[in-house]
Amino acid sequence: MQSTQHHISIYPRGMKMRVTLTLVMVALFYFFSLHKTESDFIEFFSNLDVVFMKLLSMFPPNWDYIPHAIGPLIETIQIAIVATTFSVIICIPLSLLSANTIVKNQYVYYFFRNLLNLMRTIPDILLATLFVSLFGVGILPGILALTVFSLGILAKLLSETIETIDPRQLEAIQSTGGNLLQVIWYGVVPQVLPQFISYGLYVFELNVRASLVLGFVGAGGIGSIIDTQLNFLQYKNVMAILILLLAAVIFIETVSNFLRRRVV
Amino acid sequence: MITFKDVSLVYPNGTQGLKHVNVTIDEGEFVVIVGLSGAGKSTFIRSINRMVTPTYGELYVDGENVIQLQGKELRKLRTKVGMIFQNYNLVNRSSVMKNTISGRLGHTGTLRSILNLYSKKDRALAYENLKRVNIEEYVYQRADQLSGGQQQRVSIARVLTQEPKIILADEPVASLDPPTSHQVMKYLKKINQEDHITTIVNLHFIDMAMEYADRIIGMRDGEIVFDGPASEVTEKTFEEIYNRPIREHDLRGSE
Amino acid sequence: MENNGSLPPKPERLKQKRIRNLVIAVILLVIYIWAFSGVIRAMDWSMLQKLDENIRQVLPKLFSPDLTEWRKVFDKILETIFIAYAGTLIAAILAVPFGFWAAKNMVKSPVWNTMGKWFLILDRTFPELILAIIFVISVGPGAFAGVLTIGLTAFGMLGKLYAEVIESIDMKVVEAMEANGANKIQILFYGIMPQVLPEFLSFALYRFEIDIRASTILGLVGAGGIGTLILITAQNRNWPQLGFIIISIVVVVIAIDYISGKLRKRLV
Ligand SMILES: Nc1ncnc2c1ncn2[C@@H]1O[C@H](COP(=O)(O)OP(=O)(O)O)[C@@H](O)[C@H]1O
Ligand SMILES: [Mg+2]
Repeated sequence: MQSTQHHISIYPRGMKMRVTLTLVMVALFYFFSLHKTESDFIEFFSNLDVVFMKLLSMFPPNWDYIPHAIGPLIETIQIAIVATTFSVIICIPLSLLSANTIVKNQYVYYFFRNLLNLMRTIPDILLATLFVSLFGVGILPGILALTVFSLGILAKLLSETIETIDPRQLEAIQSTGGNLLQVIWYGVVPQVLPQFISYGLYVFELNVRASLVLGFVGAGGIGSIIDTQLNFLQYKNVMAILILLLAAVIFIETVSNFLRRRVV
Repeated sequence: MITFKDVSLVYPNGTQGLKHVNVTIDEGEFVVIVGLSGAGKSTFIRSINRMVTPTYGELYVDGENVIQLQGKELRKLRTKVGMIFQNYNLVNRSSVMKNTISGRLGHTGTLRSILNLYSKKDRALAYENLKRVNIEEYVYQRADQLSGGQQQRVSIARVLTQEPKIILADEPVASLDPPTSHQVMKYLKKINQEDHITTIVNLHFIDMAMEYADRIIGMRDGEIVFDGPASEVTEKTFEEIYNRPIREHDLRGSE
Repeated sequence: MENNGSLPPKPERLKQKRIRNLVIAVILLVIYIWAFSGVIRAMDWSMLQKLDENIRQVLPKLFSPDLTEWRKVFDKILETIFIAYAGTLIAAILAVPFGFWAAKNMVKSPVWNTMGKWFLILDRTFPELILAIIFVISVGPGAFAGVLTIGLTAFGMLGKLYAEVIESIDMKVVEAMEANGANKIQILFYGIMPQVLPEFLSFALYRFEIDIRASTILGLVGAGGIGTLILITAQNRNWPQLGFIIISIVVVVIAIDYISGKLRKRLV
């Protein structure tokens, strides 16, 4: 290199170049994205008063509408509970099969690992649509969609926990002549139970949030009345439902957080 | 009776764990296996309850060749052979009682054991064995709240509850301090004498081996290089087994 | 079971624990009966009769994807990616000051610091769809509402993660610079940023992966992306096209997860 250093930088030259180039690309793609999504922040901020007016069209919320929303909200929570239960049950064999402390066969292990990874790539809306297309409109496709959606996450978390257990404790149970089920029940379960409960609660929270999506595609729950009220431009009703829903989410997450702190 | 007939073991990565081992251990013997780390002591005793599988030869436990055993038969063998580990290997989050009674797993149906429906007799046996190692006061404590020596005593009680014919102990005192080490060895010796359970212990402390063993087997590089009554063993014997002079850390020291 | 002749009685503590577990079990049972009976009542069992027919009709069509309208699908998938990208980047930048605000070692006043933490918690409690609805009403339907939604939901999580990164930095470097008389800006850019930037970027990429998935639902309420097209395609019972959409999304998500995962590995 011929260029003599005029001033000494604390970073190596090559790195500086790379960082600058990366930043430029990140910024360019950002402006391209803004352009493509028609995101005009200048207009947004200069018309803030209009935005605000429209926002105000949702207020005050129509509290009289709340009684109509209670039924669907209950249905949403019930769907989330049932789906969480199913995925908690199904995830047990699935996560045992995708933990290398239990499964020694490489092919089996990688098959189930990849299956879990694939399950987690499918967004909840696609699952819901898929199940509605197979089962028709109703609550059942919603339950199935949430079950599959949370199964991928839950089994992944649990299998990672099972991979960190102390294999020596299993060895001891094995050495007493215990069979596979006994080894799992006496050696694995005590080691992972607290985390498992915590993950179950966490996934329940996720399911409550995700169950909002279901109603929009005809899979049951509170989403469907939001959809209707939106289509009728009843924004004050919409706001009332949203506030009710938010209150329910906050309540459930507070209780769940409290329980999670107790078990771990 | 345990008989090794020309037993060899090669690990999947090519390491030779045992090389043409021939030895017979009679019922009720208290045998100590000595040798440097990596000599093949663990491989030797773990072959007996088939935690590892020899790749050549015949290995008779109680008159039955165990090398081919699988599934139910293998579990039956393990029920007859109890094992004690260097790190106690208790299930940390379970109670002392639950750990002890897990010795009954091989004798208990799957559903019964999962629902915790053990017979009165089994429970009494587990408690009796905790008493034998003087740890009964902790019966409802969680295992990880106990000290190392206490945990090793629980693991002895677990093995006793198994009602085994043979007890294998893989470096049972390596993680303990000298006084506790002697205490644990004394319990093992006492059980061997009272119940006539064949006991095989891996140790690398030569003074402890000489103090407790009836018979000492020396191993080096997967081979048996010495086999004789403890009374015939001197420091010179150990220097031959270890192939180097005795050092201070080869001794546990007295209580 | 426990009044065995030779076994000592269980200590009080264990009995209480037993009672507690029993109470928990009863509560759980009640909740389950409530949830399952509700669900069973709401279930439309007649749909199971049509299931067989549905599966024979729908599944083969889903598996023979129709590519004729691929331009439309691609446009919408690209829009989904743009929304996720713009939203994540806005969140990643916005989260920096909030991360500092919520980091214990950067804020002297504990009250002020706790307020920062709470603000981020508050942001995280909002489900995406709720914010999307509010934005669609305020700025009108379209991808812009989606960008705002992603920006605002992602920033709560990123702010929290950033704060944790900042709390774990080596404060000795900062103290040494203070001792050398560096001013606050100099400390920020030469003392703190080099320590936290790789992890900030790594978390932003991770959040981008989440936001790709999140952006697919925005269309349900008119906030842009592929969601609307999914909805319409399903309503028109255009199963071959739905099959194509599903495959495209799965491929895009896997590809982005893979690239982002590779980048994150190199960063940290
Ligand atoms: N699972 C295994 N895989 C490969 N090699 C092993 C394994 N276990 C032990 N070995 C090797 O076998 C030899 C004997 O080991 P081991 O029986 O554990 O000796 P010791 O118990 O006397 O220390 C050593 O060289 C060790 O590295
Ligand atoms: Mg060893």
